Amino acid sequence: MMNLLRLLGGRNASAPVARERLQILLAHERGLRGQPDLLGLLRAEILAVVSRHVVLDPEKVIVRMDRGKNVSTLEVDIEVPNGFERSIAAVAI
Amino acid sequence: MAKVLVVTSGKGGVGKTTSTAALGAALAQMGEKVVVVDFDVGLRNLDLVLGAERRVVFDLINVVQGVAKLSQALIRDKRLDNLWLLPASQTRDKDALTDEGVSSVIADLRTKFDWILCDSPAGIERGATLAMRYADEAVIVTNPEVSSVRDSDRIIGMLDSKTVKAEQGERVEKHVLITRYDSARAARGEMLSIEDILEILATPLLGIIPESQDVLLASNVGSPVTLNNTTSAPARAYIDAARRLMGETVTMMVPVQRKGLMNRLLGRRAA
Repeated sequence: MMNLLRLLGGRNASAPVARERLQILLAHERGLRGQPDLLGLLRAEILAVVSRHVVLDPEKVIVRMDRGKNVSTLEVDIEVPNGFERSIAAVAI
Repeated sequence: MAKVLVVTSGKGGVGKTTSTAALGAALAQMGEKVVVVDFDVGLRNLDLVLGAERRVVFDLINVVQGVAKLSQALIRDKRLDNLWLLPASQTRDKDALTDEGVSSVIADLRTKFDWILCDSPAGIERGATLAMRYADEAVIVTNPEVSSVRDSDRIIGMLDSKTVKAEQGERVEKHVLITRYDSARAARGEMLSIEDILEILATPLLGIIPESQDVLLASNVGSPVTLNNTTSAPARAYIDAARRLMGETVTMMVPVQRKGLMNRLLGRRAA
């Protein structure tokens, strides 16, 4: 579609491409807006659960969501101070 | 009744401060009593654009914290009797602004002025959210460029959810002001058109300010463009926008750049 627009508009007519990219992006971003902060919620609850067993720095808990076409992945990265190896094994997330 | 109008954008460098000064001066020239309030704590510039940088003694933070009275911090414009500036602090950070403090300053200003124009900092953090918090109306300054339009869309979402009006189930009246518009590039399809921007943002248009050297010339000498050169293309566009804010129906003019003979001979000017 973008290539077609580019062909129709001539070499310098990049505005149609800009419009189409914006429309797609904003449709996506508007959909996310107003939803509860899923990642924030997950992060807080994971932090609460892990903290029951391990003393950890809240700053070192990173929860990340990668959206793919068919599946999305949730990545949880928790840095734990040494000396808690056994506890980590017990907390399988 | 006083109107609180926030000039906002999300993105930096699109012309919020220039537009605040130009619209404020245009409204004042129409006989309205206007105060322009700089919310860009730590990076104030409205004083400079208005040519009042050497007259700042007290600022918004001093008033919010009760160190100075509002009347001590307000600076009257030397050219226009009914245009006033409430400067931001240059030394504090944005956390010095509190919701309660801003609320009380705005309430105080409402009793003294017809228009309270809040010049928002860029971004979506505290300074920007507080600048829009008590607004009745909003001017969303947008450049015909993808990142600016995206950020404007985000700001529109915030105006519809994070303002006192929105929380009370009312609406902040929103207007898009397109700045740095280059009609020649738009005609060649090199720049998002007015129609594209309005369709994407689904917000009414307040005005189209052409890309112009007059804007830089005016800020160089510390004068709003609507005062410095009232017949220049950007000044006329800002004056029309101010008349629309006053409720007048003014035909929308799409500014057309007139190229000088030299520019024609030399071909396209580099953007």
